[in-house]
Amino acid sequence: MDWIRILTNAAGEIFAPATAAYALAAIGLNIHFGMTGLLNFGQAGFVLLGAYSYGISAIAGWPFWASILAAIGSALVFGVLLGIPTLKLRGDYLSIVTIAAAEIVRLVSRTTSLTWLTGGNSGLTKGDGYKDSFEALCPFPQGTTAIGPWEYDNCLSSSWWLRVCAWSAVAIGCFLVWLWMRSPWGRVLKGIREDEDAVRALGKNVYSYKMQALVLGGIGGAIAGIFYTMPSSIQADAMGRTMTFNIWTVLLLGGAATVFGPVLGSVLLWTVFMLVKSVLRDMDLGFITPTQSESFSWMLVGMTLMLLVIFRPQGILGDKKELAIDVR
Amino acid sequence: MSAETSRPPGDARAAVARALADVPREPGSAKPDPIIVADKVSRTFGGINAVEVEHLEVQRGAITALIGPNGAGKTTLFNLLTGFDRADTGTWSFEDRSVSGKSAAYMASLGMVRTFQLTKALSRMTVIDNMRLGATGQKGENVFTSLLPWLWRRQEEELTVRADELLARFKLDTKRQDFAGSLSGGQRKLLEMARALMTRPTMVMLDEPMAGVNPALTQSLLGHIQGLRDEGMTVLFVEHDMHMVRHISDWVVVMSEGRIVAEGPPTTIMQDQAVVDAYLGAHHDTDLGDDALLEEDVVEQYEAEAEAEEATQ
Ligand SMILES: Nc1ncnc2c1ncn2[C@@H]1O[C@H](COP(=O)(O)OP(=O)(O)OP(=O)(O)O)[C@@H](O)[C@H]1O
Ligand SMILES: [Mg+2]
Repeated sequence: MDWIRILTNAAGEIFAPATAAYALAAIGLNIHFGMTGLLNFGQAGFVLLGAYSYGISAIAGWPFWASILAAIGSALVFGVLLGIPTLKLRGDYLSIVTIAAAEIVRLVSRTTSLTWLTGGNSGLTKGDGYKDSFEALCPFPQGTTAIGPWEYDNCLSSSWWLRVCAWSAVAIGCFLVWLWMRSPWGRVLKGIREDEDAVRALGKNVYSYKMQALVLGGIGGAIAGIFYTMPSSIQADAMGRTMTFNIWTVLLLGGAATVFGPVLGSVLLWTVFMLVKSVLRDMDLGFITPTQSESFSWMLVGMTLMLLVIFRPQGILGDKKELAIDVR
Repeated sequence: MSAETSRPPGDARAAVARALADVPREPGSAKPDPIIVADKVSRTFGGINAVEVEHLEVQRGAITALIGPNGAGKTTLFNLLTGFDRADTGTWSFEDRSVSGKSAAYMASLGMVRTFQLTKALSRMTVIDNMRLGATGQKGENVFTSLLPWLWRRQEEELTVRADELLARFKLDTKRQDFAGSLSGGQRKLLEMARALMTRPTMVMLDEPMAGVNPALTQSLLGHIQGLRDEGMTVLFVEHDMHMVRHISDWVVVMSEGRIVAEGPPTTIMQDQAVVDAYLGAHHDTDLGDDALLEEDVVEQYEAEAEAEEATQ
C-alpha cells in the first residue's frame, strides 16, 4: 500500500475547492438551522441554482461579478418562493417543501427540453466556456505550481486560484456569521429558534426575520455551487438529495450554531472519506471491488450521521452546556 | 402617562376607584375611559363556543382581573385580543384604534404585550439575552446594521442597564448569565413578565402570573403589578386565587363558558349570583375567597351535592 500517496490525497482534501464549497453550503445551512431553527432539507437546490445561474450567465458573456449576482439573485428568488407559503406554518412544512423543491429544480435543469440552456443530461462543461470569466481574473502566471507534495494548475479548473477564492469566500462567510451571531439581529433569530410565539409577543415580525435567514443561508448555498462546479463541470445530479444530506452531516459533525463548525465538519468529513476510500481501494480486498469501496464509504457517512445525532448532537464544537438544557 | 407617573403610588388606586365608582355592576358595562372596547367577539373550536363576548370594555390605567372556572375561555380571549388567534366574528379596538384581526407582532408594537399561561422562556438563551430581546426599536435588529456594531453598541449598553434594573426588581439578578432553561417554573414566570416590561408597554396582559410562584415572592409580584398601575400602565390579568384578585384589582370581569357573566369591584363581585352559579352551581351564599373552601369535607360535601343535582337532572 502506498501510504504516502494515500495520505497526500487525503490531506489534499483539507483545502480542496469541494471542501470549501461544502463548508460554505453548511455555513448557509447553519444560518437556517443553527441560528434560526429552520429545517431546510433542500440546501442542494440552492447550490444547484447558484451553479447553473452562474454558469448560464457566464456562458452568455456576463462579467464575473454579474454572474455572481445572478447566482445570488437566484437564491433570493428561490428562498422567497419557498418562504412565502411555508414560513407562516409550523416548521415541518418548510422541510417537506424544500426537499420537494430541490428535487424539482434538479429534474427541471436536466430535462432534455432545456438542453439549449442547461445542457440537459450532460450538463455544462468546460467546453461551454463557463469557467472563462473566472479564470481570466487569475493574477498568477500560467503553468502549474507545486507546494509540498501538492501540485495544481495556477489558474485552470481545479487551480490554486480557485482554492484561494473559495477559501476566501469561506472566511468571509465565517466572519459574517460571527458578526451576526453576536448582534441583536442574531439574538432575534435565536429567539425564534427557541420559541417564535414568545418573540412575536415582544413585537418582532417573525415572518420577516425567518425570510431573511432563509434567503441569506440560501445565498451561502448558491455561492457554494459556483466553487463546487468550477473544478469539474455543472451536473444536476451531483447536486441532489445526497448533497443535501452531506451538508447536514458536515454541519452536525462540526456543530450547529457555532462559527467554525461548518468548516471543521467539512474538512473532517472529506479527508476521512477520502482516506477510507483510498485505503479500501489499495487493500485490494477480494470481496470489495473499487466501486463497492466507494459505496461502503458512503455507508460510513450515513453511520457517522446517525451516531452523531444520537451521541453528540451538539457536534464537535457545540456547547455542551447549551445542549444540557432540555427544551421543554 | 407622565401626569400619572408623577402621582405618588397609592393615589392611582384611589383615582381608579373614583373613576369606576359609578360604573354599573353588570356584564359589558361602559367605562369612563376604556383602553379596549370589544364587540361580539366569538371563537368556536369545533362546536364549543370558547369565547362569545357580547361587549367588553377595559378601563385605562386600572388593574382588571379576568376570572372564571377552568375552560371559561379566558386564555382564548387573551389570544384573540393579542392577535395570537383569529376570531370567528367581532371587532375590537385598542386605544381608539380598530385592531381586530391584526397580527401578534403588530399588537405588541402598539404597546399591548402579554405573557403566556404556559411560560415561554427562551431556554437556550441567557436570562440577560432574554431581557435584551424584549427591548423595542433596536437598531441592531436590522440585518445590515447588525454588521456594524458601532451603530448599535451604545443602545445595547443602555438597554442592558434597564434590563439589569428589571432583573434586580424581579430578584433574578443572580441568574443573569444562566440559561433561561435552567430556571425554575416560578422564576420563568418572573422572567417572562420582566421581559414583557422591556418593551415599555402601555398595557400588559398577564395569563396567571402567580401560578407556581412562591408566597413570599407573590407578595412582591403583587407589589410590582400595582407599581405598573402607578406608572400609568393598564393591566389585565387572569388569576384563580381570589385573595390575590381582591388584593390588587380595581375591577373584576367574570367569564363562564365563553360569556362574560358578571363585572364589578373585587369587594362585592363574589357575592354576585351569576358568579356563584358559574363556580359552584348551587351554592348561593358562599364566599369564594373563604378559607373554608380549602377544607376537605366542605369540598366533598359540595361535590356530593353537585352529583346529586346532576342525577336529578
Ligand atoms: N386550541 C384549541 N383547540 C380546541 N379547543 C380549545 C383550544 N383552545 C381552547 N379550547 C377550548 O376552549 C375552551 C376555553 O379554553 P381556555 O384555554 O380559553 O380556558 P381558560 O379559561 O383559560 O381555562 P384555564 O383557567 O384552565 O386556563 C375550553 O373548553 C377548551 O377546551
Ligand atoms: Mg387559561
